[in-house]
Amino acid sequence: MKSCLVVDDSSVVRKIARRILEELGFSVVEAEDGERALELCTKSLPDAILLDWNMPVMDGYDFLGRLRRLPGGEGPKVVFCTTENDIDHISRALNAGANEYIMKPFDKEIVAAKFQEVGLIQALSAESA
Amino acid sequence: MNQPDYEFLRKLLRDKSGLDLSADKQYLIESRLLPLARKAGLASISDLVQKLRDGSSTLVSQVVEAMTTNETFFFRDKVPFDHFREMIMPELLKARANRRSIRIWCAACSTGQEPYSLAMSLKEMSAALAGWRVEIIATDLSQEVLEKSKAGLYSQFEVQRGLPIQLLVKYFKQAGELWQINSDVRGMVQHRQLNLLHDFSQLGTFDVVFCRNVLIYFDQDTKINIFGRIAKLMEPDGFLVLGAAETVVGLTDVFKPLADRRGLYRPSGIVSTAKAPLPGASRVAAAGN
Repeated sequence: MKSCLVVDDSSVVRKIARRILEELGFSVVEAEDGERALELCTKSLPDAILLDWNMPVMDGYDFLGRLRRLPGGEGPKVVFCTTENDIDHISRALNAGANEYIMKPFDKEIVAAKFQEVGLIQALSAESA
Repeated sequence: MNQPDYEFLRKLLRDKSGLDLSADKQYLIESRLLPLARKAGLASISDLVQKLRDGSSTLVSQVVEAMTTNETFFFRDKVPFDHFREMIMPELLKARANRRSIRIWCAACSTGQEPYSLAMSLKEMSAALAGWRVEIIATDLSQEVLEKSKAGLYSQFEVQRGLPIQLLVKYFKQAGELWQINSDVRGMVQHRQLNLLHDFSQLGTFDVVFCRNVLIYFDQDTKINIFGRIAKLMEPDGFLVLGAAETVVGLTDVFKPLADRRGLYRPSGIVSTAKAPLPGASRVAAAGN
């Protein structure tokens, strides 16, 4: 089973994300800010990270930079999931090593589409029209 | 579904979304809303309607979304666009090396995601296409969706289904709450209103035809007729791309499927007897892709 670390300071968002990710077959670990997420990553790297941008203590952008410098830190697929939905933020995130980017609000279809995009899940069977 | 429930849903959809269902669309409501009802733990459409009458606002928006969602998104199904990049274009680059021109028809372009996905794919291989002329003709029955396609404006929700973020950054600009595909990509697509039931021989000859998720709305004789007329305006070494759940097999032998390339067909060389649209073919079909 693939693992996904959900990093968001909102417990509501973490709960929604957990439900979606579990439905997609992931085991889920949660962190409420970048610092806690980094702590978890130094112990064990997940396959995927769903990452909020604005959080107290350490924000998502800062976390991503530090993650990528960890031994093996280039491994996890990082998908931003944030209300920062302008081109500048998206470009910065991609330059810092994000693999995909979700603009909130999100739903299961968007998460599934983006996780497919980076190869974390297989394409769902062809939908009927 | 009983009549009062149906009328309630019709009015709700008209009020909330402008969707105007005719009096006989019970099947459409059932096919779209029953899965939603089940997901909400309800046994039937009646139970769903009861919840809606009680004023469940989340359910209302889910119902509207389910009924109005235009089943199209960027790079829909992915596979056809892999075929386009990996097989169709490499073959045509060789076969058309002298002519240096390629014509592509999106036969049910809906709100533009399919022709623009092809246009972006072409942009991504622009080095190989220097000096080439590639035309994309996008047609649809509905003038309304064509206008949306021409404008190239999409909601945040629409640009997040199927479109890799790198392509969003590269080929779109923000326009308030919406995202607009860049004018150079828009300029690669020509739009025309067209009913597949009518004569379309004036469109010219094509190397590639995308005709996905539209023929499902037609009966068998009409499908066979349309396949025959499409084959007539294709180059003998051209490519036909159908929707994931569609096939020519068992319907017509004017196209043959390609092994290991799901949804991809080539003209077989067998000439269809379909010369003209079927008489009386005036039924209006819903836009597919």
